[in-house]
Amino acid sequence: MFRLDRQDAGLLVFVAVITLFAPILLNPFAEGSAMAQFNAGYPDLMQRFVIFAIFAIGFNILFGLTGYLSFGHAAFLGIGSYSAVWMFKLLSMNVIPAVLFSVIVAGVFSLVIGYVCLRRSGIYFSILTLAFAQMSFSLAYSVLTPITNGETGLQLSLSDPRVLDGKTTTGALPETNLFGVAMNDTLSVEALGRVWQFSAGYYFCAVLMLIAFYISIRIFRSPFGMMLRAVKSNQQRMRFTGLNTRPYALAAFVISGMYAGLAGGLMAAMDPLAGADRMQWTASGEVVLMTILGGAGTLLGPILGSGFIKYFENIFSKINDTILHQWFAFLPDGLENFVVAVIYPFVGKGWLLTLGMLFMLVVIFLPGGLIEGAQRLRKLFARTPTGAADRRAPASKPAE
Amino acid sequence: MDGLILQTLNGLDKGSAYAMIALGLTLIFGTLGVVNFAHGALFMIGAFCAVVMNGMMSLSYETIDPAQLDFLGQPMKVETTYLSSWVGPDLSAALIDWSVPLSLLLTVPVMVLIGFVMERGLIKHFYKRPHADQILVTFGLAIVLQEVIKAFFGANPIQTPAPGMFEGSFDFGVLMGFDPNAIIYPYWRMVYFVFSLLVIGAVFAFLQFTTFGMVVRAGMADRETVGLLGINIDRRFTFMFGLAAAVAGVAGAMYGPINAPNYHMGMDFLVLSFVVVVVGGMGSLPGAVLAGFLLGIVESFASLNEVKMFIPGIDQIIIFVIAIVILLTRPRGLMGRRGVMEE
Amino acid sequence: MGILEVKDVSKRFGGLRALSDVNLSIAEGALHAIIGPNGAGKSTLLNVLVGKLLPDTGSVTFAGQSVLGRQPHQINQMGIARVFQTPEIFGALTVLENVLIPCFAKRDGAYRLHALEAVRDETAINAQAEAMLVDVNMQDKRHMLAGSLSRGDKRRLEMAMCLVQEPRLLLLDEPTAGMARADTNNTIDLLKQIKATRPVTMVIIEHDMHVVFSLAERITVMAQGTPLVEDIPARIKGNPKVQEAYLGTAHA
Repeated sequence: MFRLDRQDAGLLVFVAVITLFAPILLNPFAEGSAMAQFNAGYPDLMQRFVIFAIFAIGFNILFGLTGYLSFGHAAFLGIGSYSAVWMFKLLSMNVIPAVLFSVIVAGVFSLVIGYVCLRRSGIYFSILTLAFAQMSFSLAYSVLTPITNGETGLQLSLSDPRVLDGKTTTGALPETNLFGVAMNDTLSVEALGRVWQFSAGYYFCAVLMLIAFYISIRIFRSPFGMMLRAVKSNQQRMRFTGLNTRPYALAAFVISGMYAGLAGGLMAAMDPLAGADRMQWTASGEVVLMTILGGAGTLLGPILGSGFIKYFENIFSKINDTILHQWFAFLPDGLENFVVAVIYPFVGKGWLLTLGMLFMLVVIFLPGGLIEGAQRLRKLFARTPTGAADRRAPASKPAE
Repeated sequence: MDGLILQTLNGLDKGSAYAMIALGLTLIFGTLGVVNFAHGALFMIGAFCAVVMNGMMSLSYETIDPAQLDFLGQPMKVETTYLSSWVGPDLSAALIDWSVPLSLLLTVPVMVLIGFVMERGLIKHFYKRPHADQILVTFGLAIVLQEVIKAFFGANPIQTPAPGMFEGSFDFGVLMGFDPNAIIYPYWRMVYFVFSLLVIGAVFAFLQFTTFGMVVRAGMADRETVGLLGINIDRRFTFMFGLAAAVAGVAGAMYGPINAPNYHMGMDFLVLSFVVVVVGGMGSLPGAVLAGFLLGIVESFASLNEVKMFIPGIDQIIIFVIAIVILLTRPRGLMGRRGVMEE
Repeated sequence: MGILEVKDVSKRFGGLRALSDVNLSIAEGALHAIIGPNGAGKSTLLNVLVGKLLPDTGSVTFAGQSVLGRQPHQINQMGIARVFQTPEIFGALTVLENVLIPCFAKRDGAYRLHALEAVRDETAINAQAEAMLVDVNMQDKRHMLAGSLSRGDKRRLEMAMCLVQEPRLLLLDEPTAGMARADTNNTIDLLKQIKATRPVTMVIIEHDMHVVFSLAERITVMAQGTPLVEDIPARIKGNPKVQEAYLGTAHA
């Protein structure tokens, strides 16, 4: 199917089915029940799942395959968002030109930045990318205010030209749409005594995520993908095999930059505003974490990692001390207060703390990420001899 | 001319901070071969040591003084610090006034301890792991430390004033024959600059004139050989980490009066300090110090209005631009050694 | 006119003359060994040949073209392959992939971003790589990670990666350094087999006299940065100049 072998096609179908039925699968608990807060099937969160999955899939093509650790990919996300919003302001509220434009602009920027940064490797590369991202971040806040609207962030306004759409007559801001289907449209279906919501925006992002995932599978299985893994493994041998490593690494950098631009464009398409905070170093760190948490260098890893992090970010942010006290109400009062006091710093606004801890724990104990964890578990239970299975998932420990 | 001198002076205090952080980064990198992304957090923790010192000195209890009446005619509640009940009000006021310099007494042991714990508990296990793993784990640690401080002290900057006698500014202009008020420079910044020179000088003297320092320098030049000589490097490494942490810590503690400590100052300084290390040359201690002061001054010049009019926004990016140019033209930095962190 | 011509090459490092007026001509199809005591300039010469070092004077031409100032990948594309002292392979890739990569490099040049074709659809190249693995008797290990091979197998794999490109010149830098006697003998046999079945020219830099005298057709002895004698092995053994170069310091 689609020129994939059976195993890869199976993986693609599996991801496609999960994605398409996500609004149902992610809402296992009835509304109003105590567990309903663990549901993840509402449009806003699901959109974030797939958008960050795109971001992480792209980052994985750079970091997972070539081993070049970029700390500046959030810059391309931000650039994508700004480009998309400008498209909404100038051309049309249709998401297609906006998304295309954000991919192209991010691609151009990553070509320039990648060309400079890839002159060096290892830690120098990481620091250079970090420096570039910080530079974009401070520029977006200061000099580039005419383009980025500084701290307020770039927003739509009624006076925007929107050449293709013509003047709005309603006096309200127009909505982003795909040939007339508004991105925030939801289709509500009543079944099994519950209301299921299917968001147009989610499905638009989901389809693009599936395409992005499909392309990443193809890249992994291509001679190009093999060359990228060779770049990570031994650059010296690669050069003496007659290969110029730089174009390969640069191509991977640009592809991952375009993925980041696509993700940024989609974020703007779901909610048409763009701010410089999307370019901060914490945002760059987050995508690194998503990739290694899932499993750098594996196909499914980035999707798993981004889903995991966005889900727990959402859950954790919602928990406040009232909820904690409810949970631990069964404990004696003193103990209850103690447990709540211990957990509280990690939830609610303390999500970043949890993120940092998670970061350290994953790097220390599970450098191969969730995928490696699952493989270890499977080996533990099945005790099958290794061999053919290993070919599919080449050693995925992050290297320089 | 007076403008030039003023900007040079203005760059010195930031440059001092860069130089001290970069010095610690280079020490850790040179001896342990570890890239420490949490070093900025150590600087930040140092700054908060000063905050804590101030807070501890101001701990107080309430008494009701029947001799005084408040505006409602009730006996007035009076707050007395424990400190003043121990040493008397005059001395306690003086001590609180001097809380920032005094906090060094707290900062040094705390930072050395943190350094030891970090090295023994975490970094030690990453010597043989790829640099990417080291970057990632210390990056995670930086987030954790930053968030812990935020949880305790809140997100807003906390003022830590300099001792009263260093408030105000010194008029350099008069000294050098310019108009009064042409070059005024706050006293505390001068103190900070001199302090940084002392710290840096002490570290260099330590490395130069002690046996311990000699072994460390030998280790920086060729780690394997030193290991083969049967010298126990592990303990020295731990100590070096403690030293680097202490240098970053005192740099942070004394920086409070210049810039009120906040939880994200660590990361703000870290990115720039890395750039400083790279510009100075990875693994070169004099390079780190030189580049620290140099970039501080360059940054200060770039924020001149005349320059900004010429190239808008240059003050925001000048350091990065320099770093990029240096890395592309002189890959080893200003004073880098051959073979450090090359493929 | 040999396939590799080194003319008047000199190289100084500060005050040290690493190479002085080296002249060397390697005949096409020959198995030529370069030996010499430590510090004779063998490694410097090799680094000049592969473009890693630029000599101060002189020229190095391969098949009529200068190799000086070229990048390693360009030199490889000219038809020069290199075997390293410690085997340089792609440890994180499978044995088969290790051999596939040079096949692609040979067919597609220094880079080609064929991102959407599948490796397994490249039937011709796969067949070529599999045949090479059969030649070095490693077909059973083709799905193993190359990093997990024994040292001898890594060496064989590295040779296979070089040979599959059908280079005109193969440079070997102490291919048996640090090997056990059995592995050394295996490597000698492998080199003999390559010599017998392929038209490749080989230049081997070696310390181990046993290896050199059981393989080489011609030997160049270097001392103090310059070639001392060049001859067939039988006449090298008894040459007084050679003995002096190796033992001379002891006499003096």
